[in-house]
Formats: sequence, C-alpha cells, structure tokens
Amino acid sequence: MFEQSISTLAKQLKNKDISSVELTQAFLKRISTLDSQLNSYITVSDELALQQAKAADALLQNGQGTSLTGIPVAHKDLFCTQGTLTTCGSKMLNNFIPPYESTVTSRIQQAGAVMLGKTNMDEFAMGSSNENSFYGAVKNPWNLTAVPGGSSGGSAAAIAAGLAVAATGTDTGGSIRQPASFCGITGLKPTYGRVSRFGMIAYASSLDQGGPMAKSAEDCAHLMQAMAGFDEKDSTSSEIASEDYLANINAPLAGLKIGLPKEYFGDGLDAQVAETIMNAVKEFEKLGAIVKEISLPNLQLSIPSYYVIAPSEASSNLSRFDGVRFGHRCDDPKDLLDMYMRSRAEGFGQEVQKRIMVGTYALSEGYYDAYYLKAQKIRRLIKEDFVNALNEVDVIMGPVAPTTAFELGSKTNDPVAMYLEDIYTLSVNLAGIPAMSVPAGFVNNMPVGLQIMGNYFAEAKLLNVAHQYQQHTDWHLQTPEMAKGA
Amino acid sequence: MSINKQDVQKIAHLARLALTEEDADQYQNSLSSVLSLVEQMQSIDTDGVEPLSNPLEMTQRLRDDVVTEDNQRDAFLANAPQSEAGLFLVPKVID
Amino acid sequence: MNWEVVIGLEIHTQLTTKSKLFSGAAVGFGAEANTQTTLVDLGMPGALPVFNKEALRMAVMFGHAVNAEIGMTSVFARKNYFYPDLPKGYQTSQMDHPIVGEGYLDVTLDDGTTSRVGITRAHLEEDAGKSLHEDFQGMTGIDLNRSSTPLLEIVSEPDIRSAKEAVAYVKMIHSIVTYLGICDGNMAEGSMRCDINLSLRPKGQKEYGTRTEIKNVNSFRFIEKAIYTEIERQMDILEDGGRIIQETRLYDPEKNETRSMRSKEDANDYRYFPCPDLLPIVLTQDYVDEIKSTLPELPSQKAKRFQEEHKLSEYDAGVLSSSRAMADYFENANKIAKDAKLTANWVMGELSKQLNQEQLEINQAPVSAENFGQLLIRIKDNTINGKTAKDVFQGMWQGEGSADEIIEAKGLKQVTDTGAIEAMIQEILDANTAQVEQYRAAEPDKQKKMIGFFVGQVMKASQGKANPGIVNPILAKMLKG
Ligand SMILES: [Mg+2]
Ligand SMILES: [Zn+2]
Repeated sequence: MFEQSISTLAKQLKNKDISSVELTQAFLKRISTLDSQLNSYITVSDELALQQAKAADALLQNGQGTSLTGIPVAHKDLFCTQGTLTTCGSKMLNNFIPPYESTVTSRIQQAGAVMLGKTNMDEFAMGSSNENSFYGAVKNPWNLTAVPGGSSGGSAAAIAAGLAVAATGTDTGGSIRQPASFCGITGLKPTYGRVSRFGMIAYASSLDQGGPMAKSAEDCAHLMQAMAGFDEKDSTSSEIASEDYLANINAPLAGLKIGLPKEYFGDGLDAQVAETIMNAVKEFEKLGAIVKEISLPNLQLSIPSYYVIAPSEASSNLSRFDGVRFGHRCDDPKDLLDMYMRSRAEGFGQEVQKRIMVGTYALSEGYYDAYYLKAQKIRRLIKEDFVNALNEVDVIMGPVAPTTAFELGSKTNDPVAMYLEDIYTLSVNLAGIPAMSVPAGFVNNMPVGLQIMGNYFAEAKLLNVAHQYQQHTDWHLQTPEMAKGA
Repeated sequence: MSINKQDVQKIAHLARLALTEEDADQYQNSLSSVLSLVEQMQSIDTDGVEPLSNPLEMTQRLRDDVVTEDNQRDAFLANAPQSEAGLFLVPKVID
Repeated sequence: MNWEVVIGLEIHTQLTTKSKLFSGAAVGFGAEANTQTTLVDLGMPGALPVFNKEALRMAVMFGHAVNAEIGMTSVFARKNYFYPDLPKGYQTSQMDHPIVGEGYLDVTLDDGTTSRVGITRAHLEEDAGKSLHEDFQGMTGIDLNRSSTPLLEIVSEPDIRSAKEAVAYVKMIHSIVTYLGICDGNMAEGSMRCDINLSLRPKGQKEYGTRTEIKNVNSFRFIEKAIYTEIERQMDILEDGGRIIQETRLYDPEKNETRSMRSKEDANDYRYFPCPDLLPIVLTQDYVDEIKSTLPELPSQKAKRFQEEHKLSEYDAGVLSSSRAMADYFENANKIAKDAKLTANWVMGELSKQLNQEQLEINQAPVSAENFGQLLIRIKDNTINGKTAKDVFQGMWQGEGSADEIIEAKGLKQVTDTGAIEAMIQEILDANTAQVEQYRAAEPDKQKKMIGFFVGQVMKASQGKANPGIVNPILAKMLKG
C-alpha cells in the first residue's frame, strides 16, 4: 500500500477496496514507527488528517472527488496551513499558527487530499542538506548516515520511505530536485509563476517556486493538476492557462531532441554519476530521441549570481521576522533595539543569519552596482543561454547534482563546498524555466537523479518525457531497505 | 575579497542581528569566503546587458479597488508575543 | 549678511481609494486599532502585495495636473529599515522609476506675483502604521490600520524662496488634489503631510547651503511658522560662524521650535532594490491620454472661466475657485440665483463669515447651495432687503427652514402695495404736521436732508418691511402736498 501510485490508490478508493480513513490510519501508524529514524516530519497532524479522510470518504461514497480525494500527502513546512503549526524549519516560527492557508495547500485540500503533516526542511529553505533545521537533521532513507538533500529534504525522505504518497516542496536553487535526486524520487520545479507563491514563506521571491514531489512523474502530474494555475493573490503568478498534465503523458518520444550541455559533464562531476546519466540518455535514444551536445556557457557564473540575488532578496524578505507581530521574541528586552537584535539572533540559525548578512552587504550603499546589479545582468546572460539552447532542442538533460547524497556533517564546515553542490540546479531558477529530477540509477546503492529541463511552461512535456522513461525503467520503483517490511 | 570585523558588526547592526565577539569572528571568515566566491562575477563583461529581475519579464497586474477583507484582528493578534487593547506591544519607542 | 532661503518640499498625500495600495483592506480614519488590516498590511509570512488600479489612475491624474511627464514604466522598490510601525521591515515605494516625472506649478502669491515651482517627481508608496505612546504596561502600542494606505509623495525642486511662497505652493497642491478628488485634503487627520527641506546661502552664492529636513508638518499655519523658526535658527548659527548639521528635525507647534530627531539618523542605509513581489507597471499611451481627457477643470482654469463667464473680478474668481467645494457651492447657488456678482458677494461675505466663526468647512454648511440661492432670489426680487436677508440667513443656518418659509413665518415680506404705503404715509404726515410745515418751507437742497426723518418713520411703522424703492418717490410726492 505504501508503494502504490496515486492512480492505483484512487482506483481502490473509488471502488471502496479501501477507505481514506484506513489508508490515512495506516500512513499515520507507519510515520509513528519509522519516522524516528528519519525525522522527516516536524508536525504530524493526525486529528486533522482523520477529519479530512472522513470528509473524503463521504465524497467518495457519493461518487464524487478527484484523483487526489482521500490520498494522504504531506506539505513542506514552508507552506502556511491554517490552524496548523508552520515553522519553516526555524526557531523563529516555533509557535506560529497561521490564520490563513497558502494557495498551493488550499488547492490540494480542495481536491480532497488528506494532509498527514508538515515536513522538515532547511531553515527558511536555505541549505542543500537539511542539516540547517532547528528541528534536527533529516536522514536519507537509503543510508541513515547520509543527508537527504535540501531544502525539501523532509518531503523527499518521507516519500522515499513511504511515509506519504506525495508531498509538496519548494525550489529556489534546487530544493526540490536535489533532495529528489538524493532520495530516489521524482520532483518537478515548475516554471516561475506557474504555481502561486501566496502563503509560501518567501526565501528569494524572484526564484522561489513550489512544486510536486512523488514516486513517479505520473503522480507529480496528478498533484500539478491541483496546484498549478493563475492566482490573483500573487502578482508574479502567470495568467497563461495551465495545461492538463495527464492528457499527453503517454505521447511517444520519437524525434524528441535532447540537448546535453557540455558544461554539465565537466570537472567536478562524479564519474559514476556521469555514467549513470549517460545510460539514461541511451535509454531515451532507444525510445527514438535524438541527442546532441549543446553549450550553456555562463553556467559557472550561476553560483556567484545566485549567491548574491537570493541572499539580497532574503535579507529583505526576512526583515518581517522582528518579534513584533508573530514569532520569537527574546526574554526581557531592555529596549526596542535590543528586542530586534536578540530576537533575530536567537530566532535565526547560523546559515540564515549568514545569508541575511551577505544580502545586507550586497545591497548596501556603494556595493549595489558591483553586486546586485551585476548579478542581475549575469542572470540575463544565463537566461539567454537557455533560450538559445531551447531553440535548438526540446529538452536539456544532465545530472541534478555532482555526486550522490553525501555523509551527514561532511560539508557543514565548508559552506562554499556546499554551495558548489548546487552548480547544476541554480541556473534553472535564475532563468525561471521548469526542470525535473527523475530516478535514473544507483551508485553504491545511492540514488542518482537525471535532470530534465524544458522551455517556459513546458511542464506537461517534461512530465511526458519523464513518464515515458519510467514506463521503460524501474529505478523509481525501488524501495530503501529501512522501508521494507514495515 | 575579505571584510573586517568592524564591517561585520556594521552589517549585523543594519540587519538587526546581535553578534557576540565570537560570532563576529566566525562570520568574518564565512562572509569573506562567500564574498570571494561572488567575486567571480567580475570576470565577465556585462556592459550594455539589461539587468533581469523577474525571469518572465511580465508586467504588473492591477487589482480592482474594492474592499475584500473582513476584520480578522483577533486571529492575527493570537500570534503576537505581546498585545493589549487590540495593539501589538513593543518596548517603548522613543522618537 | 544677506541670506537667501532655499526650500524644497515633499508632500505626502493620502489617496482616496476605498482599499489599500496592496491589499483589499478598507482605508479609513479613526477605525478601532488593527481592525482594518489583512495579512498583507501586517507583513505576515507568505503574504503578497497586489497593486490597486485606482491608485495608479489617481497618480496619473496628478501628473497631468502638474504638467508632468508620466512614467510609462514605473517600478516599486523596497526601502529597508526596521521600525515597529513598518511591519515588513521595508516600505514599498518607488525610487529610480517613479510614476510621475518632472513637472511644474505656477504659484500666485497674495501680492499677485507668480513664480514657477518645479516638481521633481511624484511617486506611489505605502504608508506605515502608528505607534501609540500612551502607557501600555510601560510599552508602546502598534496600530497597523494605516499600514499600506496609498500615498502619493510629491517632491518639489528647491525653487521656493520664502515661507509665504511655500504656503502658497502647498495650498495650490492641496487645491489640485482635492479638485481631482484624489485626496480629501484633511490635514488634521494626516491626509496631507509636508516635509520641509530648508537651507540658507549668502545672496548671490550659487551653491546650496547645508539643509535640514523638518518632518511631517500638517497645517498651512505650522508650515509657515516652522519655516520662520528654522530660518531664524539657521541664521543664528551661521551668523555666529557655526555650521548647519544635515539632519531630520521635528517642529513642535507648542514651543514654536524645531528640534533634532536623533532616532531617524541611525544608520539610514535603506538598501533600495526593485521589489521582487511586484512587477514593472507599464502604461499604454491610450491609457494615459484617456485619463487626460477625463481630467476635471483645475483651479486655475476655473478661475479664468469665472472671470470670463460670470464677469467676476480676478480677486473674486481666485477666492471662489481656491477650493472645489467653494467653487461648486458658488456655481450651484448661482444656478438658482442667476446673479453672479450677488452670489459671489454673499458666498465670500455672509457665508464665509459664518463658516469661519464656527470653524466649519463649506461642505459642512447647514445651508445647502440650492437653499442659499433661493435666499438670493428673494433679495433680487425685492421680497426682502439686504438687512432682513441676513436675519433670514441666520434662521436658515439654525435650521428654521427655507428662506421662503422663514420669510412667511416671520412675516418679513417687504410691503410693496402702493395703496397700503400711501395710507401709512398719510398717517405719519397727519401725526407730524409741524415737521411737514417745516419741510414745505425749506429750500430744495435742505429738503433732501429732511426727507430722511420721514423715511425713518415709515420704516419704523412698517417694521422695516416697506420697500425703500417704493416708499421714497411716494413720500416725496405726498410731501409736496
Ligand atoms: Mg521623503
Ligand atoms: Zn515618502
């Protein structure tokens, strides 16, 4: 039951082979037995989940509902959920219960899904290993001494271990794709503006994008049906109509033009990961795709550009956490300044404080042009690289990360090394295009994700490409040892 | 590119983050290494390139001027660290 | 030393939209604390701004009214600083690309001279909340009702050279924004607040001196007084060979002095950058032209029309067009009375006197323009004379009814029936035979003086209701015998 796809479960629910309450109870029980090893959830919302399951059963009883009705899912703890603790992985929001609901979670709820709880994450989505959570690191289900990736590490680990059928994540510089890759699941970062950011706690507003994480591309498509689309509450939400993400998922791939950027296969890429990716590309060739080498010349500049733009926006976005209206306030402030300084220093972890300071510096008088403006100019060059490449090919493929999941604690002392891990994912956010991570094999028993990047609003195409691959491979169906038999 | 401790304290003050001496030392190192990473940007000539702040380069949508929200004060105040008489309370503000 | 005063003004005008600049919360003065706030105005996590269409239209209207360039692409930027009444830790404003660019206003002073004041820009921004300093457990209370209320900040060039000119300029802006209906102009409630940038320089010197900024002055009178005291303060320092410190100051009307606001000086590195939650506002020429074509008549245009159409003097036309409410009152009353000179005299005279006495705005007058016009008709058609009309007006003000009702109820109608007047005169002549004899014996030029006595008697007998225009010729004829 814990390995079933959304379509299968939906069929079983519809046929009353199983009720949503039974399904939900089973997942809740599994979370309580297994999650102590993973720490993938910050909050498990048992009561609410059972309430929602009951409501779903009532709908199903009447033959109503969507393919998500009654399906137990989890939400990254960055989406505001009305009446349910929303921490963003931070001590700052240790006691924050939003009186409002994010558009993404609200739409998924409208579709009838059941919320099991809120998943762990790097604090304020800042991190690539999930070690930056106030609520403790998350472990990788494939190797409990390895990181699950980040920042949506809790969602990825929960899905891999069968602690949720599917989950939401957010991706600012790779935060859906990299943990999906490390945990052997499927994740999609949609086009910027495709999924509403309303109620999503902002890290970097011009880069943040919510998206689905699940076992398969098809399951991601089911989630996208609910999540995607225009939202008048978000000025950056696109008015372009969203597609039916399932309609063309079975379209054949004959003639598909795949570009392999040579910059994605250079120094720094683990040789075995490279081989795994090339094997996946060969699989596509067997399905009739045409492969050609392309170039994204400014790839290397995506790291410095990102590490100026994201912290700059974050430094401003995180100013609202001031201990006045919500969140942590220090004890006995001696005056207003003291309240600000200590509440923020106590409430934010080190990585968050560091990025706030980097951003504050980059925006400050005399540095703006050299940092922020320069980074925005490079951002355009990076976008143009993708636009040019996608004029020649339908999709771009490459690795998601240079290696498989690394050991917990192995990079915490060298932050720059950690930032370099994001080399293959950051540019996608800077350009705003959609991209996926799809399980493509294993290196030393650890999953490797294939990254598939596409043109603006080509989510349906990406899901089709990934689904066809998954029809011919079973990497996405593998289960980690710790999740077997339980 | 490296920055000194005084810079670190100045930035921390702008960002309203209380740093101990020890913190400041540590951030001096980590900020310096991030800033050197960021220095790589100077290797490329971007003269004449328009900065890009929104990836889709869309334009602002306009909202009709109608009141759509009801008073939800109590729900919001429930999250306030300190409140009284419908107000958020903070240590005395001196103008 | 002969000093020249250099003044530039920043005026924050609150726009009269129904909802806030970036949220659907109601805008309004005096509501219970924090009841007009949404998650956007409170800067809650995950809240996002969406821009109000009406605020944009109003800003463009203003741009047209001051002959300004309209920013066809304008951009919201974040101004970052921490303050408890600023919930997000930044104010959303416009920096490099304001909605209104360079323009100008021709300002007329009381002495009739005109000078041109350049307008640097006008930009849209959100207001902050309010800190309440009454004691709450020794703490400050924060009310965010005003947070995200739309403001148009109008920035002038440093073209102003005196307190009088500054006030005339602010009055003109006040009159324009109220004419356009984009601001209610209520300065006491903070709908218009003025920041004064002021410096002195030796007459003839080109470079500007060091300036100070006096924040948030909110009445015409205080603007004038604040400028005078600040000029004096700076002059004292400079004459003593001292230096002016560039700083923000506060005007204290009670002590009539300005003082330094040290709190505002702390680290003002605002780290402006384009707001990533909002996108560039891009206007079409059609949109801009459309707004221009629907612009209402502005004060200067109205004054000119009053002179041409109603043959009013330049002075009268200027006074009557200075506020839209006054101009509307005048025009509506005149529509009924159909006598512009009479209407102008009464609006600027009796009505204005009464409003001043009771410190009311013209739109609060208890006598409507239509009823006021009816009163003027009764003066015109000789039903009452001017003196009686003042009494009737008082009655109308007190709510005793319309002009005709009061005239009827109090029997104030002038007596115009010649038969009745003749009878009344005969009675008076019979009762004053000695005076009649004297009159008849007197020289004609002396008679002219003596007739006053008889007129007085007639008025007394008629309780002022006899129409002097009818009494005089009849009296002269009957006295002849
Ligand atoms: Mg200003
Ligand atoms: Zn302002």
